[in-house]
Amino acid sequence: MTRAALQALWSHWRRHPLQLLTLVVGLALATGLWTGVQAINAQARLSYDQAAATLGQDRLPRLEGDLTLADFAAARRGGWIVSPVLEDRLPGTGLTLYGIDPFTLPPTPGGVMPDLSDPGVLRAFLAGELVFAAAATLPRVPDTLPEGRVLEGLAPGLVMADLTAARRWLGAEGITRLLFDGGPGTPEALAETLGARVERPESDGDLARLTDSFHLNLTAFGLLAFVVGLFIVHATIGLAFEQRRTLFRTLRALGLPQRRLGWLLAGELLAFTLVSGTLGVVLGYAVAAALLPGVAATLSGLYGAGVAGSLTLSPLWWLSGFAMAGLGMAVAGAASLRRLATLPILAPAMPRAWARAQRRTVARQGWAGLGLLAVSAFIAALGDGLIAGFATLGALLLGAALLLPPVLLAVLDAGTALAKGAVAQWLWADTRQQVPGLSLALMALLLALAANIGVGTMVGSFRATFEGWLDQRLASELYVTARSEAQADEIAAFLAPRTEAVLPIVSAEADLAGAPGEVYGVADHSTYRENWPLLDALPQVWDRLAAGEGVLVNEQLARREDLWPGTRLTLAATGPLPVLGVYSDYGNTRGQAILGLATFEAAYPEARRLRFGVRIAPGEADALADILADRFDLSAEQVVPQATIKQFSLDVFERTFAVTAALNVLTLGVAGFALWASLTTLGTMRLPQVAPVWALGLTRAELALADLGRAVLLGLLTALVAVPVGIALAWVLLAVVNVQAFGWRLPLLPDPGGWVALGGWTLIASALAAALPALRLWRMPPAEMVKVFAHER
Amino acid sequence: MLLTVENLQKSFPSADGPVPVLRGVSFSLAAGRTLALTGESGSGKSTLLHLCAGLDAPDAGRIVIEGRDIAAQSDAGRAAMRRDTVGLVFQQFNLIPSLSVADNLSFHARLAGRDDPDRDAALAERLGLAAHLAKFPEQLSGGQQQRVAIGRVLAARPHLILADEPTGNLDEATGAAVLDLMLELVAESGAAFLMVTHSERLAARLDARLHLRAGQVE
Ligand SMILES: Nc1ncnc2c1ncn2[C@@H]1O[C@H](COP(=O)(O)OP(=O)(O)OP(=O)(O)O)[C@@H](O)[C@H]1O
Ligand SMILES: [Mg+2]
Repeated sequence: MTRAALQALWSHWRRHPLQLLTLVVGLALATGLWTGVQAINAQARLSYDQAAATLGQDRLPRLEGDLTLADFAAARRGGWIVSPVLEDRLPGTGLTLYGIDPFTLPPTPGGVMPDLSDPGVLRAFLAGELVFAAAATLPRVPDTLPEGRVLEGLAPGLVMADLTAARRWLGAEGITRLLFDGGPGTPEALAETLGARVERPESDGDLARLTDSFHLNLTAFGLLAFVVGLFIVHATIGLAFEQRRTLFRTLRALGLPQRRLGWLLAGELLAFTLVSGTLGVVLGYAVAAALLPGVAATLSGLYGAGVAGSLTLSPLWWLSGFAMAGLGMAVAGAASLRRLATLPILAPAMPRAWARAQRRTVARQGWAGLGLLAVSAFIAALGDGLIAGFATLGALLLGAALLLPPVLLAVLDAGTALAKGAVAQWLWADTRQQVPGLSLALMALLLALAANIGVGTMVGSFRATFEGWLDQRLASELYVTARSEAQADEIAAFLAPRTEAVLPIVSAEADLAGAPGEVYGVADHSTYRENWPLLDALPQVWDRLAAGEGVLVNEQLARREDLWPGTRLTLAATGPLPVLGVYSDYGNTRGQAILGLATFEAAYPEARRLRFGVRIAPGEADALADILADRFDLSAEQVVPQATIKQFSLDVFERTFAVTAALNVLTLGVAGFALWASLTTLGTMRLPQVAPVWALGLTRAELALADLGRAVLLGLLTALVAVPVGIALAWVLLAVVNVQAFGWRLPLLPDPGGWVALGGWTLIASALAAALPALRLWRMPPAEMVKVFAHER
Repeated sequence: MLLTVENLQKSFPSADGPVPVLRGVSFSLAAGRTLALTGESGSGKSTLLHLCAGLDAPDAGRIVIEGRDIAAQSDAGRAAMRRDTVGLVFQQFNLIPSLSVADNLSFHARLAGRDDPDRDAALAERLGLAAHLAKFPEQLSGGQQQRVAIGRVLAARPHLILADEPTGNLDEATGAAVLDLMLELVAESGAAFLMVTHSERLAARLDARLHLRAGQVE
């Protein structure tokens, strides 16, 4: 019995191979995109953990602040077990250099340490003739550093060297921190005497925290793709169950128990899950491998976070891929299995009843959709934080998707009412009839289109704002970095008579409202007065800044700490200062403050004065750069024209959003596939509805054309609905998510040209999706169509 | 002659080679005449009707309607013929599910450009459908759907009406009444009427009779 039943059930898939393909590919795509994103996140987290675990810093308290080697010596003399560490970025390489003292370094059980047991190696290390890095990092170590040796397990982008050598290479005078491993008192007691602060290991995971929003973004995208894929799976399973309704009845009438049938169908779904799950995780691996280099570039561009460019995946990840496929299948198949449980043996096979039930569902969906939109608006108005931002997004997208079928039906009803002529009326009415069958695919399309418009608008707004901001921010024509302060003075003296202005660029690390950041000093010059991108400021802001009456802060700091004009910021070196203004500072994740040059120099006398911005007629900048390079023996990195910096910044920007764009395209592809699959299955199912019209005197060509037009119309309507949804999405991204994730708010710049282009692509995609089924109808032998009339239905 | 069928042959492919269904069928039908087509189940009655309507092409033989050979027509030409000249009542009524009963009734007439709302209303009244005009086909019983299908053809006033067991789903009394109506309207319009039926009693009411057996006219 069971065997025979299985055979009968399976025969359906043999007769509908396309449906089978749709089901398997749909689930595989959903699983693949989701697991791919998870793989990327897992890989990044692994890298962050490695970085955090460097030198056992994930378990030892650290003392940070203005520390020198003398402080270290004093602490050791006082009986404290501490070890000095210098950490800084190697300019122009994207690498981080760690200077360590191998003799005082606390043992790190299971940690990654260079093996210095060989006296030769130790000697070379201490002499600064040897550095360590992970195999993948070594090729990026610049030639200015000595020979590198492989130390596996070291975080990506990290180079380890002897402290003294590192201080020499970085030109550093102090040290970054002391690792604390015990002593006569608490770390706080030592910090007190040294004037430093204590960083507890649990308050760590800086990178993880900083990049959280980025990974949340990726996860949201993965989830979106997963949901879009589930739409396909759900639609296909529903259809396959519907088409086998008569078979189920027959099987039960022949004595197959309801329960056994249920188990058989669940088993069938499990088999699909295993196949699709396997395909899905393989696909996910491919997606992750393809996207990871881009993500790594993005993360290092945005956050300076080193992430390995190749994948190392745990068995857990593979398992979770299967679990996700199973979950998806369960979600998509539950409704159908439940309907089977309530299927009476004797009810007549009535395909139309299904459609009518669907129509009722559509009405309920409409109300649910409206409810979700209200929830979304509510969260947007009252919620706070990144999670609230994504909840707003989720409710918005899901609500819009649920509202799509009722909106389409309303439009098509209006069309039917307005249509003149029998054929036109039939076209509208028939299109309306198709909506329930296509609604899942159209919802998927709506989600993908809205995501595309929303993210596209966000990136476009960001790019336009960013470019304008770069123009303001990089007002100087030439940026010069001297090798020493003496040379800096020489260069300044040389430039003074030849240029309009030489503007010193000086900065110091400082604690800004409890988090590390930078303080800059600026000269009183029209360059700043005319160009600096101020978002909000008190009157005479520049006069007052020059007079040392206050401080400017960047938007990130202002939003995080609520520091707007009229409030005060306390710097350790100056005491409390009124906030005079707030400026935009894109691409920076840290807080920043600006003081008048005189105030700055008084507060941070130790800051090194090596950099200038040079104002000169734009046409003369290149010539002057050559002269400077020649005369003072400066390299290309030390004399940089404005255009080069701009290009570099824009490159970082483009890379940042390359991954988003790729995921966007993938999601759209999934939706297109869903539409094609639905239209193709509907094409065969709809034959009984089309054949009578053919018999009454329309040609197959006309009917095929009508099908094509129908698909294009539905695509067009969906695209039209997607535009406002996409704009709302962009607004949430710009005004809520960005503020939470990066600390800056951007204006929304509409891109109608882009939307029209996307609409065009949608029309082409819908036409393509409908082309094959339409062609089949056009070329269908009349005998096939006649069968409809002879067939007992 | 309005309809002339000469030596019509048709076979359907099957796993064991082609199975002949019609093996040289010939007959003719003049305008204003009615003809009953009988034969046991599977004898090829529906197939013959479909060929006459230009839905499918015969393997051999000729079908001439109002002097035009169907085989000589293009796809569009045959579609135009179905629209303007021939009316079909299917064994499976084949209404258009997305249109209301009223729209189904007038659909063919509107396609043929012969729509007349007053006539449609009168027809609906006489077919007992007046109360159902706003409904959709799925909400009607089998007999009601059958009557809509009949009304659809009668409203279009074609020159040739082909009906495949048009009263098969109706009880005897209703069936007789509907046939009365059809014969009356056919007589009024001067159309030719070819009807498949299993009922000896109904067949006897038509002008002539054609019996199919083993793919040939008896
Ligand atoms: N499209 C088709 N493909 C294959 N065989 C067909 C097709 N249409 C009809 N047949 C076969 O041709 C034969 C005649 O079918 P047809 O439907 O014309 O019979 P009928 O006389 O109308 O029967 P009934 O009284 O049951 O309606 C049958 O054996 C049927 O199986
Ligand atoms: Mg028949």
